[in-house]
Amino acid sequence: MKLKGSAHKFADNVNTDYIISGKYKFKTLDMKELAKHVMEDLDPDFYSKISPGDFIVAGSNFGCGSSREQAPLAIKNANISAVLAKSFARIFFRNAINTGLAVVECDTDKINPNDKLEVDLSKGLINNLTQGITIEAKPLPGVMLKILGDGGLAPHFKRYGSFGGK
Amino acid sequence: MGKTIAEKILSKHSNNDAHAGDLVVADLDFVMGQDGTSPLAIRAFEEMGATEVFNKEKVVMVIDHSAPSPLEGVSALHHLMREFAKDKGIKLYDIGCGVCHQLVPEQGHVAPGNLVVGADSHTCSYGAINVFSTGAGSTDIAAAMASGKLWFKVPETIKYILNNKLAKGVYSKDLILYLIGKITADGATYKAVEFTGETIGNLSIDARFTISNMAIEMGAKAGLMEADDKTIEWVKKRNKTAFEPVSPDSDANYLEVIECDCSKIEPQIAKPHTVDNVSPISELEGTPIHQAFIGTCTNGRLEDFKIASQILAGKKINSDVRFIIAPASKDILLEATNMGYMQKLIEAGAALVTAGCGPCVGTHNGVPSDGENVISTANRNFKGRMGNSNASIYLGSPATVAASALTGKITDPRNYL
Repeated sequence: MKLKGSAHKFADNVNTDYIISGKYKFKTLDMKELAKHVMEDLDPDFYSKISPGDFIVAGSNFGCGSSREQAPLAIKNANISAVLAKSFARIFFRNAINTGLAVVECDTDKINPNDKLEVDLSKGLINNLTQGITIEAKPLPGVMLKILGDGGLAPHFKRYGSFGGK
Repeated sequence: MGKTIAEKILSKHSNNDAHAGDLVVADLDFVMGQDGTSPLAIRAFEEMGATEVFNKEKVVMVIDHSAPSPLEGVSALHHLMREFAKDKGIKLYDIGCGVCHQLVPEQGHVAPGNLVVGADSHTCSYGAINVFSTGAGSTDIAAAMASGKLWFKVPETIKYILNNKLAKGVYSKDLILYLIGKITADGATYKAVEFTGETIGNLSIDARFTISNMAIEMGAKAGLMEADDKTIEWVKKRNKTAFEPVSPDSDANYLEVIECDCSKIEPQIAKPHTVDNVSPISELEGTPIHQAFIGTCTNGRLEDFKIASQILAGKKINSDVRFIIAPASKDILLEATNMGYMQKLIEAGAALVTAGCGPCVGTHNGVPSDGENVISTANRNFKGRMGNSNASIYLGSPATVAASALTGKITDPRNYL
């Protein structure tokens, strides 16, 4: 699967309170509504800057903090196609895969704000079309690829009734 | 090759000879969800086509984050949880019972050697009583509720050897803030941590929970301690199952071993807006504060209210400070009332709110105003955490918060002991 869009850059340690503030996440299960507030405390206008398919590109430890699954869901529902970061916090990483949001661990120093990117998830390659370079990503563990391939953990469980092999 | 606590618990629960780096599907002893995460878990549970939970005794839900409900939308989500719990025959701790991470161990749901997941990042708290417990998201919790299983990557372990007693006026909160400041917010990401040594042995179980609770603030998957006599006695009062504590092998393989002379640590403060932005209190004394808060799954326990009440007994807090207290459970509230701690704190000027998460997560019960400084015993000081991104949050021990409420500025509690 190939994804194409522009890079929106953020720093290290973007926590889940920044991704979607606690004051919103308790109010509703309507993720389209929550999506309007994504990254609001870091950039109040972020939602309006997104074109469908764009990427969030960040430094290390993206998604640290709480276990709220509203964080990857708000990103996904804001029409972001994938998050690229140097590293991810553990729970966010699982939650993203479980809800069908692609996460890519790679050297994001090679990506500037607004660079046009083409991401090939199955090959683990990022084409930086603006700079004309290719960046290699760290491959996902097999169990995660399988869950992501099924569209998330809920469809995966629906299909297999439990974890479909290791 | 010997094994760490994490490797042993995950091996046993997956019937595997598992070592760091292995992927295992493991059987769970207990699964928990709270009101910020359970509604999504219930939705995912239904999407999975699941109809019953794997074991009614091993799943609970807790309404603690926005309790009682401050908004219609929240009320609808609470209603969804109550209906689900009734329909599936599982226990639900409703408003006023307390914070999930106090209730799960206090009400005897877990025991040493167990493997536990909770839909809350501070689920790592139960590591203090030798439980491998970790936070997960709502969909993972849905899968756990349905199947009693979850997949884990067996983590590498960082071992802390904590030597000597803490000095007077220095508490387990100061110790864990100090360690987080050194290792940083992602220093233990994907790793388990073992806390060992004389310093831990000298601490009460209440104080140990504070340390394991904050393991996630260094990115860790679990913050484990061995079970000693104090642990066994504490658990046996609450949990009647036969349990087997797990100790690491002497030849276990650690990613890193960090030694620390804890007698030299002074009271610590985490400054806005990250938990690893830590300084000794001497560098911040005199910073004005507008709101003080004692509570949360980190520091809302009996011992915490005892310490605060000793500092504030017979005194009045500064007239420019709002001082909010939220016991971590109903049992703590009752006990602190019996012991006279609540009387002393309320007479000093504290506003008591419902046992639960209180203002920690910014939904109600004390949202600060623009430009205000808050000193809190909570575990996070992220921008906007308490509901206003234009406020600043400082984290410290209950003693530091009590002393600061008294003076209206960040104050070294050792002046008041």
